[in-house]
Amino acid sequence: MKALCWYGKHDVRVESVPDPVILNPHDCIVKITCSAICGSDLHLYDGYIPTMEAGDILGHEFMGEIVEVGPEVKKRKVGDRVVVPFTIACGNCFYCKQQLWSLCDNSNPNAHIAEALYGYSGSGLFGYSHMYGGYAGGQAQYVRVPFADVGPLKIESDLKDPQLLFLSDIFPTGYMAAENCNIKPGDVVAVWGCGPVGQFAIRSAKLLGAGKVIGIDRVPERLQMAQDGGAEVLDYSRTHDLIEALKELTGGRGPDSCIDAVGMEAHGNSIDWYSDRAKQALGISFDRPFALRQCIQACRKGGTVSVPGVYGGFLDNFPFGAAFGKGLTFRMGQTNMHKYMPQLLERIQKGEIDPSFVITHRLGLQQAPQGYDTFLKKQENCIKIVLDPWATGGTA
Amino acid sequence: MNLNSSRAARVGSGKTRAQSIEPWVAIIGGGALAIYGLSRKSLAGAALAALGAYGAVAGARRGTLNNVAIHVQKTFTIDRPAQELYNFWRDFENLPRFMKHLKSVSKKSDRTSHWVAYGPMGVPIEWDAELVDERAGEYLVWRSLPGSIVSNRGSVEFRPATNRSGTEVTVALTYHNPVGKVGAAFAKMLGREPELQVREDLRRFKALMETGEIPTVIGQSEGPRSASVRLMHSMKEPEATQRVRKGPRQVEAPKLQPQFTGTGTGGTR
Repeated sequence: MKALCWYGKHDVRVESVPDPVILNPHDCIVKITCSAICGSDLHLYDGYIPTMEAGDILGHEFMGEIVEVGPEVKKRKVGDRVVVPFTIACGNCFYCKQQLWSLCDNSNPNAHIAEALYGYSGSGLFGYSHMYGGYAGGQAQYVRVPFADVGPLKIESDLKDPQLLFLSDIFPTGYMAAENCNIKPGDVVAVWGCGPVGQFAIRSAKLLGAGKVIGIDRVPERLQMAQDGGAEVLDYSRTHDLIEALKELTGGRGPDSCIDAVGMEAHGNSIDWYSDRAKQALGISFDRPFALRQCIQACRKGGTVSVPGVYGGFLDNFPFGAAFGKGLTFRMGQTNMHKYMPQLLERIQKGEIDPSFVITHRLGLQQAPQGYDTFLKKQENCIKIVLDPWATGGTA
Repeated sequence: MNLNSSRAARVGSGKTRAQSIEPWVAIIGGGALAIYGLSRKSLAGAALAALGAYGAVAGARRGTLNNVAIHVQKTFTIDRPAQELYNFWRDFENLPRFMKHLKSVSKKSDRTSHWVAYGPMGVPIEWDAELVDERAGEYLVWRSLPGSIVSNRGSVEFRPATNRSGTEVTVALTYHNPVGKVGAAFAKMLGREPELQVREDLRRFKALMETGEIPTVIGQSEGPRSASVRLMHSMKEPEATQRVRKGPRQVEAPKLQPQFTGTGTGGTR
């Protein structure tokens, strides 16, 4: 089959690779009908996530049809149309039973690596470094999916792939970010980063009853899309003092909740951003927590900072004094996908939201390497790229 | 055998706490260096990581081989009832399913068994063991019979977790007085990463008991790998890479179900 493989910083290639096989009794094999490039894939593309190995297959947003099941799979059947969550969960451990699916104890075969870095390991992830299990991802024609009865969400409606695909990551991720804000009717929620996750966070905050949502970015088409989703917008590159501007937009109080939908590769225009950037380039520090610092600074007293953006390591100049002084609450982590997928499917089926609004590019898998480059550089107004693994030239 | 003497056996042949803690200084220091090295994502980083890992390993070894005994203890919480875990372990023939260095254990009588481990250079090491003490649903203690090439002793204890469902499982293993060159080489091999070995065995036990399988990516699809990545993999999983190269892999499925084998060889679909 064809699959997109990682070979190093800014080097991804479509290769012919062996088809996946069932390795464990609860596995299934999915023939992928629709896949996507995630903003967090750009952290891999930029080489900021440790424990990647040349030849790893990327991709963690995908859906398709089950073509083979392991001998212990009971519920899922060959022929089922499924969306697959990007986090892999066993369904039986303490964490899965608490609905903390992204913290599953039993799905990361390399748990010891994450344990050495983080104390304890989260769940395995598709196509997201060996620290998270080294699972082959879904920017491919087929993929092996462990725990077939637990993860893959069966689709029985006739909705189209692009309307359902984002149940695999970014819609639940944006939704959990908003839910983590514990929104009360009328609350003001500010969202840093109007990329795909930010867009879903904005719409989810609205669905959950926020009175005002403020989207912060610098890319015109992303700000426009945020506005279309019901947000007021701030272009930070044209704002002299973002914290002051937010204060003015919130009656002098500050946002009730701040969402960092940016993560470890934030852009900015102040002195600490340049310092972060230099340290990351030199390998002194993993992360550029520029957006997170602003979230903390801007948030009202007693408010919540919610972090769906990905961080990998250590943060410099983290304003913990401000967080302490204002009694902030922090909520974060990989998305507990399995908890949100059924309820969000229901919202899609009811017509409350059509997630395909975020798509700007549709490419064949063969064009994925150019797609990464376009997405990274935000060229051609690129916000979200969907991949067809079977487009012409895509057969193995 | 009364309970008191078995308890002493379980905490490791009378070794003091300080003795078993001391090597951790080097292990943790080396581990930190290894993590920092990993974070660099470069050749120099890889070298640092290797150096750190070596330090950690050397630390683990120092505390053990000097007094010709290796003692390791690890605890995991497993979300299954104590009695169920005990029953599974009490059938020692189950151990090779999650203890990677064991090739097989076969029962000779209710209390004695024959153990075969993967030794150095693929030479199997064999010994007989006896169950020394047990209490249903609580603990098991076993040891090799006199004359074994690697004298060893092990225990496992099952305690209900206090604030949640599940069972706290503590495994302790001691190896001492290896006999001859093969015994010494085996002890050295175990001594390379004794903490890691027991910890990963116990992690596999937990996964097997909670889910009925052990997570793996060995044998999955991957793009063409460079020689250096392949070498790194073969160092990490020597048996596993060999197994994959030779053909369809055996899946580590629990014997509760019929033995399960992967369904394909990875050909073009």
